[in-house]
This record gives sequence, C-alpha cells and structure tokens, in this order.
Amino acid sequence: MELDAKVPSGPIEKIWDQHRFDMKLVNPANKRKFEVIVVGSGLAGSSAAATMAELGYKVKCFTFHDSPRRAHSIAAQGGINAAKNYQNDGDSVFRLFYDTVKGGDFRSREANVYRLAQVSVNIIDQAVAQGVPFAREYGGLLDNRSFGGAQVSRTFYARGQTGQQLLLGAYQALERQVGLGNVEMVNRTEMLDVVVDEGRARGIITRDLNTGEIERHAADAVVLATGGYSNVYYLSTNAMNCNVTAAWRAARRGALFANPSFTQIHPTCIPQSGEYQSKLTLMSESLRNDGRIWVPREGEDQRAPGQIPSDERYYYLEERYPAFGNLVPRDVASRNAKSVVDEGLGVGPTGIGVYLDFASAIQRDGRDAIAARYGNLFDMYERITGENPYAVPMRIYPAPHYTMGGVWVDYNLMTTIEGLYAIGEANFSDHGANRLGASALMQGLADGYFVLPYTIGDYLARHLGEEKASVEESAFAQTENEVRGGIDRLLSINGKRTVDDFHRKLGRIVWEECGMSRSKEGLEKALDHIPSLREEFWSDLKITGSADTLNQSLEKAGRVADFFELAELMCHDALDRDESCGAHFRLEHQTEEGEALRDDENYRYVSAWEFTGSGEAPILHKEELEFEYVKLTQRSYK
Amino acid sequence: MKLKLHIWRQEGPDAPGRMEIYPVEDISPDMSFLEMLDVLNEHLEAGGQEPIAFEHDCREGICGSCNMVVNGRAHGPQALTTTCQLHMRHYSDGDELWIEPWRATGFPLIKDLVVDRSAFDRIIQAGGYISVNTGSAPEANLIPVEKDTAEEAFDAATCIGCGACVAQCPNGAAQLFTSAKVSHLNMLPQGQPERWKRVEAMVEQMESEDFGACSNYAECEAACPKGIGIDNIARMNRDYLEAKRRRGFGD
Amino acid sequence: MAWLLDVYRSAIFKKAVMAVSGLMLFGFVLTHMLGNLKLYFGPEEINNYAEWLRTIGKPALPKNGALNIARVGLLAAVFLHIWSAWQVTRLSRKARPQKYVKQATIQATYASRTMRWGGVIVLLFIVYHLLHLTLGVVGPEGFEYGDVYNNVVLGFRNPLISGFYILANLALGLHLYHGLWSLFQSLGLNHPSYRALRRPIALAFASVVTLGNISFPLAVLSGVVG
Ligand SMILES: Cc1cc2nc3c(=O)[nH]c(=O)nc-3n(C[C@H](O)[C@H](O)[C@H](O)COP(=O)(O)OP(=O)(O)OC[C@H]3O[C@@H](n4cnc5c(N)ncnc54)[C@H](O)[C@@H]3O)c2cc1C
Ligand code: HEM
Ligand code: HEM
Ligand code: SF4
Ligand code: F3S
Ligand code: FES
Repeated sequence: MELDAKVPSGPIEKIWDQHRFDMKLVNPANKRKFEVIVVGSGLAGSSAAATMAELGYKVKCFTFHDSPRRAHSIAAQGGINAAKNYQNDGDSVFRLFYDTVKGGDFRSREANVYRLAQVSVNIIDQAVAQGVPFAREYGGLLDNRSFGGAQVSRTFYARGQTGQQLLLGAYQALERQVGLGNVEMVNRTEMLDVVVDEGRARGIITRDLNTGEIERHAADAVVLATGGYSNVYYLSTNAMNCNVTAAWRAARRGALFANPSFTQIHPTCIPQSGEYQSKLTLMSESLRNDGRIWVPREGEDQRAPGQIPSDERYYYLEERYPAFGNLVPRDVASRNAKSVVDEGLGVGPTGIGVYLDFASAIQRDGRDAIAARYGNLFDMYERITGENPYAVPMRIYPAPHYTMGGVWVDYNLMTTIEGLYAIGEANFSDHGANRLGASALMQGLADGYFVLPYTIGDYLARHLGEEKASVEESAFAQTENEVRGGIDRLLSINGKRTVDDFHRKLGRIVWEECGMSRSKEGLEKALDHIPSLREEFWSDLKITGSADTLNQSLEKAGRVADFFELAELMCHDALDRDESCGAHFRLEHQTEEGEALRDDENYRYVSAWEFTGSGEAPILHKEELEFEYVKLTQRSYK
Repeated sequence: MKLKLHIWRQEGPDAPGRMEIYPVEDISPDMSFLEMLDVLNEHLEAGGQEPIAFEHDCREGICGSCNMVVNGRAHGPQALTTTCQLHMRHYSDGDELWIEPWRATGFPLIKDLVVDRSAFDRIIQAGGYISVNTGSAPEANLIPVEKDTAEEAFDAATCIGCGACVAQCPNGAAQLFTSAKVSHLNMLPQGQPERWKRVEAMVEQMESEDFGACSNYAECEAACPKGIGIDNIARMNRDYLEAKRRRGFGD
Repeated sequence: MAWLLDVYRSAIFKKAVMAVSGLMLFGFVLTHMLGNLKLYFGPEEINNYAEWLRTIGKPALPKNGALNIARVGLLAAVFLHIWSAWQVTRLSRKARPQKYVKQATIQATYASRTMRWGGVIVLLFIVYHLLHLTLGVVGPEGFEYGDVYNNVVLGFRNPLISGFYILANLALGLHLYHGLWSLFQSLGLNHPSYRALRRPIALAFASVVTLGNISFPLAVLSGVVG
C-alpha cells in the first residue's frame, strides 16, 4: 500500500487557500443528493454535521450517547488556542504553527499544522457568534491567558468549562439543523462496523442500544468523529464510555492506524483511592504554579505529611531540575512522579501518589489569595477525596489523558479507505508525538467547521451521478452478519469473569509497559501477556442479559474486545519506534538529563499500521516527514 | 460499611417495575456513589444476575448523564453535586437508601434507572440556538459584551441538561432547563435578533412535550447541580408574555 | 389569529391569568378586611358602610349598581382563577403521575405545596360565607338583611362557625403567602433590586389579611365586639 498524504505543493502559507480553489465544488442542487454519515457528536462531529447540513448535504449523525451534548468534549476544562494576537504579544499564525510542530516533537505533518493555525482564528469568531460565553475584560472584549507553558497568551477560555461551552455551541448549531430537517440525529446508537465495498466506504452497521436492533445505513461518505482511546488504560481522565471501537473496526476493514502508542499522560490527576476506582479526575495544571511537589525521603514513612520535617522531604522536581522546578513540562513531571513511586516513596493509602503542597504558598500569599486562585479546584478535590487541601497537601498522580495516535488521514482528512474520513481526536491528528494544552479543542473544531466540509465536497463531486450505495448490497449483508456473529460470540462465552475484571487487567499491563515510559523488555513482555489475557477473555467472559434490550455489559464487552487488539498494536508501535519523542519515552533513549532523545535520522516518520488479523503481526507503512519551515531542535529543562 | 439498597428495577418501557432490595457490604467511604453501584453490579453479574442499568459517562459532574433519585432527592443529598460526584462518606454504616429513576411523563423510562431525555434536545431544536452558519460570523471582537452580562449569561449556560429539575419538580415541569437556555441566549447581544421568536418556540415545544406547568415550588433550583436559579424562569415568563404581546399588538 | 390559540394553550399564559386574577382577588380580600374593621366601631359605622357600598354612584347608578359591577368583576376573577388553576393542575398531574417511593421535599414551602387544597378550602369557605352572611340561608336564626353587625355577631357567637372561619382564613393566609410571592415570578417581575423584598412583602400582606380576618370571630367570642 502506498501512503500518499496528498499535500499540495507550494509555499506553506498559500497551500490551503490554493487547495480550496482547486477542489471541485458541488452545486447547491446537487448537494441535496448526497448523504453523509457522521459518527460522533463531540466537537468534531457536531461541528462537521452542522456545517455540512448548512451547506445543503443530507446528514445522518450517530452517537451512542442519549444526546449529542454528552460527548466527552463536554469535559474539557482549560481552553482553546487561536492565533488572534489580541494581546499584542507577538503571536501569529506562524508562531502557533511553529509551537505546535515543536511541541509535537517533530512528528507531525507541517502542512496540516499550518492549516490548523490558520483556521484557528475563524473558530473563535464562529463560537462567539453562536453565543459561547468566553471570558471577557471589563471593556467587553475577549480575554486570554497563557496555557501549557506557551510564551504568548493565546488561549480563550470559558471559566473552567471551555469544552462544555464550545460543545454546547456546536450542539446548538447541530440541533438547529435537526430542527430544519437537514440532519437526522440518531442517539443511543453505536456504530459497530463500516461497510467497505471495492475499497470505498458505503455505509455503516449500527446497534440500537435500547432495543438491540442491528441496522444498515448507506451513504456517499462516512466520517468518524469518535474521539480518543485513553480508556485502553482502564483508568484515565476520559469519560467512562470513550472507546476505540469505531476507529478500530475501520482499521480492521483496512484503514491504517497511525502512531497508536503516542498517548499523553497528564501529571496532575487525583490518584486512585482503591481497586474499585472507575476513573481518574484531572486537576488543572495551573496548580503547579503554586504547589510544591514532594515525597518523604524514606519509603514506608507512615507519618502525616505535616509531621515530616522539611529535611526529610524530597522535593524531587526542584532538586532534579533547578531551573524549572515544579514547572517542568507535562511528560517530565509525569515520569518523575512515576520514578519516585517506583522507588517506593509514594504516598497515600495506595502508595501511588505524590504530594502537591500549598503550605508555603499559603504562608507567603495568605489563604485568601490561594482560595481566589484555586478555590474551585480545592473544592472539587475535597468533594472527591474528603481531604481539605488548605490544611493537608493534595495527593496527585499522572493519568492517561489524550491520544495523539488514531486513524491515519491524508491532508483531506480521508483515511486509506476511499470515502471514509476521520476527524477530531479519532484521527492521528496534528499533534505529532505530544499535544500542547488547549490544542485538541482547536483541532476538533478546525476539522469539523472549516476543513472537512470543503474536502469532502471534492470527493463527492467526483462521484456525482454514480449509482448510490444501497443497503441491499451484499457487502451490507455480509458486514451485518459479521457484526451479529461478533455479538453472538460474546454472549455465548458464558464464562465466569466480568468485563470490568478483564479491562482492569488489560489496563494495568498497558499502563505498566506502554504508559509513561517504555522499554524493549517491557513491551515484549506485554506482547506476551496481552494475547494470553485476550484468550482468557474470549473463553471466560461472563455477560448476563440478552442482545435485544439495553445491555451495558454487552456494549462494554465489544469495546474491551477492541481494546485488546489495539493494546497489542500500541505495543508493536512503541517497540518499533526505537527512539524517544514527545510522550513516547523509551528508557533506552534519553539524554543525560533524562530527556527524550529523538532519532531523526531513522524515525522521522509517521507509523501507519495495517491490521492483518487478531494476534497477527501488523504491517508497518511509513509516511516520511519533511521539515521545511521548522528547525529540528532538542529540548532541555535543566 | 454495610448498606441496604432499595433499587427500582424495570426490564423495559412497558414492563412492570418494582423496588428490589440489595444489601451491599465492604463499601469504602472513598467510593463515589456510582462506584458503589459498580461494585454491586459486578457482584450481581458474577452471580449470573443482570446488572442494574444506569446512565453515566464523565463522572466529573459535567456531561449530565447520571440521573438517580436517592431518598427522594434528585442527585442525592449533597447540594450542587451530581450523583457521580457524590461520595459514600456522606453515608454511614447501616444506612438504608432508596434509589429511583427520574420520574416524569416527559422522561419515559427505558430500563431500570435509565430514562429517555430526548425531549430536551427537541426543546433546543425549536430555538435554543443562534442562527449563524459556519463562516458567516463577524470578527469576534466586533461584538463587545458587557462583562456582567457575559457572566450572568454564563451562569445560565452552565446547565448540563441532566433533568434533575424535572425529576425534583412535583409538577414534572421543565421550566428550569428551558429557561436556562432562553436566558443564556436572550441576554447576550448576539441573541437579540431571535429573542422573541426563540422564547416562543422553545416554550411551546416544552409545553407540547409531556412536562407540567410551573407552580413556583423552587424544588428544581434546590436540586440543580449547577445552581441554576428560578430567576431564569421569571425571565422566561416575561420574555414569553412580551413576545406574545408583540405578536398580537406590535412592538 | 393562530397566536391567540397558542396563547390560550400556553400554561405560562394560564399562570399569568391566575396571577392577575389572584391579584384582583387579593385586592378584594384586603379591602373587604379593611372595611370589616368597622365592626370595631359599632353597628352604626359598619351598617352605614354597607349601605354606602350599595349606593355608590347614586343617583347616576341604580341601587347596588356599582356593587353589581364589582360583583361581576369578582365573579370573573374567581372563574378565571379557578379555571386556570384547574387547567394547570391537570397538566401537572399528568406530567407526574407516579410518586417516588421515598418522597422528600428540599425547599418548597408548606404554603406552596398546599395551594391546591388550600384553594379548595377557600372556595368552600366562600360558598358557605355567601350563604351565611350575604343570603342568610345558613347559620343561626335572626339574620336580617342590611344589619351586617348583628348578622356577624350572631354568627360568630357560635364557636363552630367561628372555628371554621378561623381555619379557613388560616388556609387563605397560606394561599396568599405563596401566591403573593409567586405572582411576581409568574409575570416575570423579578428585577434584581426588588427580588429580596418579595418574600417579606408576601409575608406582610398575607399576615395583615389573615390577622385582620381572624380577629373578628375572636373579638366576638371574647366579647370585645357584640
Ligand atoms: C478531562 C479532560 C480535559 C481536557 N481539557 C482540554 C482542554 O482544556 N483543551 C483542549 O484543547 N483539549 C482538552 N481535552 C481534550 C479534548 O477534550 C478532546 O480531545 C476533544 O474534545 C475530543 O473531541 P472529539 O469530538 O474528537 O471526540 P469526543 O468529544 O470524545 O466525541 C466522540 C463522539 O463519538 C461518539 N462515538 C464514539 N464511538 C462511537 C460509536 N462506535 N458509535 C457511535 N458513536 C460513537 C460519542 O458518542 C461522541 O459523541 C481534555 C480532555 C479531557 C479528558
Ligand atoms: C380570595 C381568594 C383567592 C386569592 C386571593 C388567591 C390568590 C392567588 C394567588 C395570588 C396565586 C398565585 C398565582 C401565581 O402563582 O402566579 C394563587 C394561586 C393559586 N390559587 Fe388562588 N386565590 C384565591 C382563591 C383560590 C381558589 C378559590 C382556588 C381554587 C379552588 C385557588 C387555587 C389556586 C391554586 C391551585 C393556585 C396555584 C396554582 C399553581 O401555581 O399551580 N385560589 N392564588
Ligand atoms: C372573618 C372574616 C370575614 C367577615 C367578618 C366577613 C363579613 C362579610 C359580610 C358581613 C358580608 C356581607 C356584606 C353585605 O351583605 O353587605 C360579606 C360578604 C362577602 N364576603 Fe366576607 N367576610 C369575611 C371574610 C371573607 C373572606 C376571607 C372572603 C373571601 C375569600 C370573603 C368574601 C366575601 C364575599 C365574596 C362577599 C359577598 C360580597 C357581595 O355582596 O357581593 N369574606 N363578608
Ligand atoms: S437546570 Fe440544572 S437540574 Fe435542570 S437540566 Fe440544567 S443542570 Fe440539570
Ligand atoms: S420545582 Fe417545578 S414548579 Fe416551577 S419553580 Fe421549579 S419548575
Ligand atoms: S456522569 Fe457525567 S455528570 Fe455524572
């Protein structure tokens, strides 16, 4: 298979405009003849579905949620970047582009990232016009803050609920189109397969989660906007139902899956409190501005934190990175937390956690100042842990948060299956090996509002007048049968262990061996363990209830089955990439300072994997990356 | 700790429902309410019984999925807290809890504790938006918004669409939800062109769903995990009456 | 005219009708109570007052003219009030047919939760009251048309009648306490500057009316009047 990213040639600041001009258009009367399926209603899906409907296409949008508004995008807190340069601090499209490529540790496609930075400004205009209540100054104009270590203030925010407000904006635009009859919204329905005929996507197979009914849907193009797969780790900051199923089933049908092992671990999350833990909660990174991170110098120290004198405390970030101290980047902070915990110095009931202590800040600035800055976060922490962070240091630990990897797409966001697109977190995206804070919302909305609606038109225009896909075709029947077969297979195992039990065990393996740091040895071990656990899954799983009612265990089981296959691919990918870059940290490749050591000579490529069968070795396809505009550099935080 | 749970079980929309008793043990005070149910569910499933269906997703109090009435209170006893953010340390050993679904004709039951809240989507469809096609928006800073107005609109916009207001309202009324969205959009300058049309369309959609009328009990406000206030209801009433006046008698 | 139909169907409109008619009724009970205070000034005063009511506008209007106009308005208000209350109640019953097995109330006041039965009690009271003091067909012997003072005193000497009046007026007090607060909400009159005053205002007016009204039977029973 030949990988063609289809990046138009020309100077980077011109190619998107030129491309838009070059693409074929569909005239308004013909648009109505095209039907597009959008799976997912998060920022990416809602914005794409609404925009295409506004353009005149017939859109069918699917979500397994009970309303499009519940997509996981709702939970994003911090903000969204845009190169508006409202603060007059030297920001520009080029700087946002540059920062994003560099932040991604040079493993993303320049042209895509440039386009992302270009359209970022339009997103803010669109959102404001929709009524998204971004933070404002007293003069009535929009406010910005700096985020995730950026040197300019380019992040727009809506209290700590930016994702919620942006999603509601997109959701409202979507519902408007539903009301106008241009979008058919299908809630509580899970896509279980994509129908591919002669290399082209023709539709999808779905299951109605209320009734269990399996249905076929044909369309001229299919768009996956199904989010990220951090839940492969079982515990993550993602919502409970986030999963890889849609993307993975597409991969099984021939869509290449890119950079699966590029997963981002967020350093400041509330640690697990026990075996029953179901998910982890993110605490804003801003806490590190005032909190000091430490663990006791000796392991097994049972004293209360307040009773440990300061010379018996190990302020490991301050000691190891005197220049940046507690403000080292996400991945460095995360890895160091893991290393002290692995040394047995961890705190809290489980020993998996480190202190984030505000005592000095409170002493310095007073309790009121700290409350004004972090009051909400402290309340949230107290609600979850029952501890008062004004009096007792918080406990934090890193948790999986975002997946840079995903379905491989070309410049037009089309996957390697003709007519199948992937947008938002579901694609392998513009973030390379590491995503900058506040850039995921930007990318999801850029894809949905401003990129896909154009590029999909070019594809559809080329198929104008052709015979429509019909659900009567044999490809539909065959795919449906396979879907039914899969469900029957899960229900007929009739073993003894629950889905969650398997998911927890799988998650632990992936977290240990393909999480914050990876090694050849560990990855090989994981590649040994995962298949055998998968076999146990397929022989000892227990699901009660039937397939023809609401059955949440059955839903979960299907998703976990896919996580098993994905987990294996992640390990293959991490093993193949014998370098460290961004969030992918191979213990074998680090600078003396413990920094990720890239190998641009040998690994300056996107790994796009071809699925060859469950348990079979996947095939690697490489998309070589060229850097014409951004200079390759090594970072350092000492 | 040990608890005695009474939980509503109902196999499907038309099946008869009943309260079933489930004793649970070894509940840690650090568990969230939903984790406590997870534990029960794993136990049920391992024993060959069907787990209790309940809705949840983010478990951070923002998606609005979770919906349980615990001892007669939507989202349980803690103010400004969704069920998923409620923790077991608020209960003590030996407590007896009654767990029921949202009960309202506007929210037909699907299974166990899961109800259909799609009426809320239809209310938004009717007018809960600002009509602006992608690409036609003006430059963002051309629309200054007074900071106080922006904040007040924001307070209304924080609604998570959970439906606790309807569940707690003795009339099964959706006034708080609808008014929160009307307020959010009708307060902002961007929302003015469609202000009167919006409130009419949304109110009339709300009333055509099977929701009740408002008697100003203010139970909704007390149950709302986001602290949406009933002032919004008054604002919606005023805008609706004014919209009708304008329609009948001109501006 | 479609908008009229929409308006007619709308529960928000019905609540506005209820609020306006409720306000009218309140206006009546307040003035009625104030007028009845003349009981404390002896038979002369109150009987003259009653006579004056019947002859307002004389000679332009016939006897009872102004009164009849007021009666029609009052009757309309009662009708609209009950009609809207009935409609709204029916809608709400349908919206919430199934109670929670375990019921709880978070902050709804007792007054708000008893509006419906409270209204019915008030209605029954009004019927009885008209039969008693306007038509004189129930209650003790000796009713004399026009001799308001005597009619009242005769009636209230009976502890059962007095008791019923007191109870009914307490119910009316509760009804008014929630109603007077609620009507601002129904009409959308919630300006932030006055918001905090709504409760105290409702409480004050409801108390004045209630205390005034129950003072009459108590005064008769204790011999202060009569
Ligand atoms: C706690 C948290 C905080 C974050 N904060 C920020 C931030 O401050 N700034 C930032 O830029 N990013 C942030 N992110 C990342 C960002 O929120 C996500 O990357 C982004 O919202 C993903 O959007 P999406 O539209 O691609 O997917 P999602 O919002 O996850 O939507 C996926 C949709 O697909 C549907 N779906 C999935 N599979 C199927 C299927 N098989 N069938 C039918 N439907 C399906 C789902 O129902 C859902 O509607 C944060 C993430 C987390 C977890
Ligand atoms: C003198 C008599 C009465 C007065 C002064 C009065 C006053 C009021 C007022 C001010 C309200 C509030 C309206 C609102 O919420 O906007 C109200 C509500 C109500 N009234 Fe009355 N009322 C009287 C008699 C009655 C009678 C006779 C009935 C019924 C038989 C009745 C039934 C109700 C009900 C049910 C409500 C609340 C309805 C709801 O909001 O759901 N009232 N009343
Ligand atoms: C203790 C309190 C009350 C006393 C002593 C009282 C006394 C009277 C008297 C004496 C009359 C007859 C007047 C006449 O025929 O000239 C009357 C009439 C009336 N009262 Fe009352 N009343 C009381 C409370 C109320 C209340 C609470 C209501 C309403 C809820 C009410 C409603 C009426 C009505 C509707 C009439 C008939 C008016 C008419 O002639 O059209 N009264 N009252
Ligand atoms: S108003 Fe409050 S209770 Fe009602 S849906 Fe919104 S958040 Fe939930
Ligand atoms: S509880 Fe119900 S009656 Fe109105 S004020 Fe709230 S909707
Ligand atoms: S699960 Fe999302 S709000 Fe409770």
